[in-house]
Amino acid sequence: MTERELLSTSGQEIVFVLVGLMVLGAAVLCVTTRQLVHAALWLVVALGGLAVEYLLLTAEFVAWVQVLIYLGSVVVLLLFGLMLTRAPIGPSPDADSGNRPVALAVALASAACLVTLVVDAFRTTWIDLDEPHGRSDALGDSLFRTWVLPFEALSVLLLAALVGAIALSRARRARAGTPADGGGR
Amino acid sequence: MNTTTAAVLVPLLPALAAAVILLTGRRAPGYVQPLAVVPTLASAALAVFVAVRQSGREPLLASTELTPTGNPTLPVELAVRLDGFAVLVAVLVAVVAGCVQLYSTGYLRGDPRYASYAALVSLFTSAMLLVVYTDDLVVLLVGWEVMGICSYFLVGHYWETATARSASLKAFLVTKLGDVPFVIGILALASDAGSFRISDIVARLSSSLSGFELSHPTLVALLLLAGVAGKSAQLPLHTWLPDAMAGPTPVSALIHAATMVAAGVYFVARLLPVFAASAAALVVLAALAALTMVGSALAALAQDDIKRVLAYSTIGQLGFMAGALAVADREAAVFHLLTHGAFKALLFLAAGVLIQTAGTGSLAAMSRMRELRRRAPDAFWATTVGLLALAAVPPFAGFFSKEAVIGAAEHAALDNEHGVSSSLAAPAAAGWIVLVAGLATALLTAAYATRLWLLAFHDPVDARVESLPPGERASSAMTGVLWVLMVPSLLLGLAYGKLSDWLDGGSLAPTLTTSVLATGAAVLGGTAVYATWRRAYESAQAEDPAPALLGPLARHAEAGFHLDAVYAAVVVRPVDAAAGLVRHLDRAVIDTYVRGAAGAPGLLGTLARRAGTGNVQTYLSALVAGALVLGVAAVLVAVGD
Amino acid sequence: MHLVYPAVLSSLLFCVGVYGVLARRNAILVLMSVELMLAAVSLNLVAFDVWLGDEVHSGQVLTLFLIALAAAEIGVGLAIVLLVHRERGSSAVDRLRALADRDGNEPDRAGPEPGPEGAASRETTTT
Repeated sequence: MTERELLSTSGQEIVFVLVGLMVLGAAVLCVTTRQLVHAALWLVVALGGLAVEYLLLTAEFVAWVQVLIYLGSVVVLLLFGLMLTRAPIGPSPDADSGNRPVALAVALASAACLVTLVVDAFRTTWIDLDEPHGRSDALGDSLFRTWVLPFEALSVLLLAALVGAIALSRARRARAGTPADGGGR
Repeated sequence: MNTTTAAVLVPLLPALAAAVILLTGRRAPGYVQPLAVVPTLASAALAVFVAVRQSGREPLLASTELTPTGNPTLPVELAVRLDGFAVLVAVLVAVVAGCVQLYSTGYLRGDPRYASYAALVSLFTSAMLLVVYTDDLVVLLVGWEVMGICSYFLVGHYWETATARSASLKAFLVTKLGDVPFVIGILALASDAGSFRISDIVARLSSSLSGFELSHPTLVALLLLAGVAGKSAQLPLHTWLPDAMAGPTPVSALIHAATMVAAGVYFVARLLPVFAASAAALVVLAALAALTMVGSALAALAQDDIKRVLAYSTIGQLGFMAGALAVADREAAVFHLLTHGAFKALLFLAAGVLIQTAGTGSLAAMSRMRELRRRAPDAFWATTVGLLALAAVPPFAGFFSKEAVIGAAEHAALDNEHGVSSSLAAPAAAGWIVLVAGLATALLTAAYATRLWLLAFHDPVDARVESLPPGERASSAMTGVLWVLMVPSLLLGLAYGKLSDWLDGGSLAPTLTTSVLATGAAVLGGTAVYATWRRAYESAQAEDPAPALLGPLARHAEAGFHLDAVYAAVVVRPVDAAAGLVRHLDRAVIDTYVRGAAGAPGLLGTLARRAGTGNVQTYLSALVAGALVLGVAAVLVAVGD
Repeated sequence: MHLVYPAVLSSLLFCVGVYGVLARRNAILVLMSVELMLAAVSLNLVAFDVWLGDEVHSGQVLTLFLIALAAAEIGVGLAIVLLVHRERGSSAVDRLRALADRDGNEPDRAGPEPGPEGAASRETTTT
């Protein structure tokens, strides 16, 4: 911890801020675009950028997991969901609900509050990145020693989620049985 | 047996009987009759026993403290005072109550509510005996009020009919109207005289040595008079009594002839020195008594219902007693109370038999019926004897007692030295009022007695057309009681010499002047009615002589001189109007608040329901905004600290 | 590196997610916004973990758990959205108002409408 000024920037910080702006822009596009599939794709960009941020913060294992699970499975699941609910491919004018002004106001207000609070709280705090902190071996060590019990619990939770999802889908098929089944148009 | 023990048992036996009947009457109806009759007769026997033991002796006093009142010199005591008045009135009450209980076994045979009726009559008897024997004003008040509530229930015995219901309510309300000032008067008297004991109060007041005087004698006397007027049916609180004839006839005999109404007169007799301390109170009492006598006698002459005639005559006779008290002669008052109790109970019970036989109480209807006399010979003779006593024909009982009253009034009016009974002096004005009214009433009494007898029985040439409706004959219990009660009606008056020994010792013997005057008035009244009736009877059919005699007064007299209408105008209608006003206020004002109190939350609820749109995003927006506000507030508070 | 950068980025990302949850009509888009919020929290966890140099790596482990939870959540959430779409013919969040407080005698406008024609008529307005 050497004495550094608030905005004395290092190379890492410049990259972090640039990628951060990209992530933010992608996220904003994701929640504002009128094309539903585009929203999913902008989500990919935002989450991918976030993985880069993790790498910059030396959390390499988390970054790869992020790429694998979020980009690999979650977004694919979302795209499948869009298809299964027969979302239109082109721009849909009613993607936003009537609650939009309120949502904007609430979001802006909370952003202002949080940013003010965070900046005020961590104005003089620095992260020491000289020594990597998220290496896979160290993380695996603590994951399977200290955190093994929550880890196992989480596996049970995943199983439960799996069973629940299957049960919901089965119930739908057994009850409805309508011809309005299958993928998009 | 000790005399005191016997005296205590006299009111206690009927009270116990009442309790037992009330507890078991529903489950064991077979025991009700003996339970009703035997204790009452036993208590009558004990009352006679006490009277014989106490005859003419010094009053016997016995007391035990019942409860302290906070003032150690003013305890409430269970005290008995067995003087001549108490024992004699107790005998009257117990004997009449026994007769009534016997009579009721026949009269109310098969009545589904006989058990409660018998219990209430027993309780009533017990309360009256308590009033008679007690020496303590508060205990007297207890008995007094128990009688009031019992009379309410008994008058309302046939509560299926609207008249009985309203009559019982009226009796209750009117007597309570008098009782409120009565209670105040008792408390004022006790705190003034420093004792609840009647004998103490009387001793202090009548002793010339102590020089004790009440600070507000007129006020106390008038307050007490209000209660007495309520119970003894004196003007202006007499209106409940004619209506109370809606009750069963034995109840009328018990309550409205011999016992309850006698309580007022008896109370004044016991506390006469208190009243005599105020000349104004005596004059007021005399005026009330005079008005009551004459008015009720006129009303009795015009009534159609036989029981109402008797009721009005009761009011009149009570007026006689009140008149005797107004001239400060309580012996005459109690003497008349005794004889009147006997012959009026006889008349009522006979009237009950007549009504049962004729199927109606209307004199106009009876006057068209043949052979009433032959179908109910016992009732005929009982009515005849009772009416002769009522009309004060010598030598029947009523003659002597009425003579005593009129004689006392004459003494008070003419020579103000009538002082044998006590040192009490009555104002001459009271004497004159009572004397004149008494003579007028003697005339009128004879008139309505004659009219009743003629309309009910007299049919010299068999001119009556309707035959009697078939009905069961009166039971032997009922007729037997009539013969029993005929004896005192005939003979009690002759015992005036003996009775005066038992009472204060003053002379009760009839004097020549008043006897001639009163009897003459009675004969005159009777003859006038007979003549009028005769003319009507010969001209067409048996007709009521009253309208011809009374002329334009008849209509008013029949309505009881419209006193009920006056009450309606003065009391009922303003109360109704006030109730209407309250109702209006309740509806218009209070309900508005209530509706507002309900409407405002309703409105808020409607507004709040608007928020419940079901749109999750709205909910969530509000949630986040709220969390934001809370967070900011928390941060600001933390910073502020 | 200054801690403010990741912290501010995560705050802004979170607020963007909030906006998306509150403003989007399609339920799947709402789920995406939830993912954004979760990702913002993950970034926070990682940044603070690295800052603190936690020996047991609690922040990063929790991030891993969070990713797994997000996967589970998205699976169950999508299953529910699909079921609702199947039953109501719509996945528009602001049309699903069965929980609205309305008078008992009023017909339940958002109630289940059996039959394909109900779903078809709804489809023309919502999708």
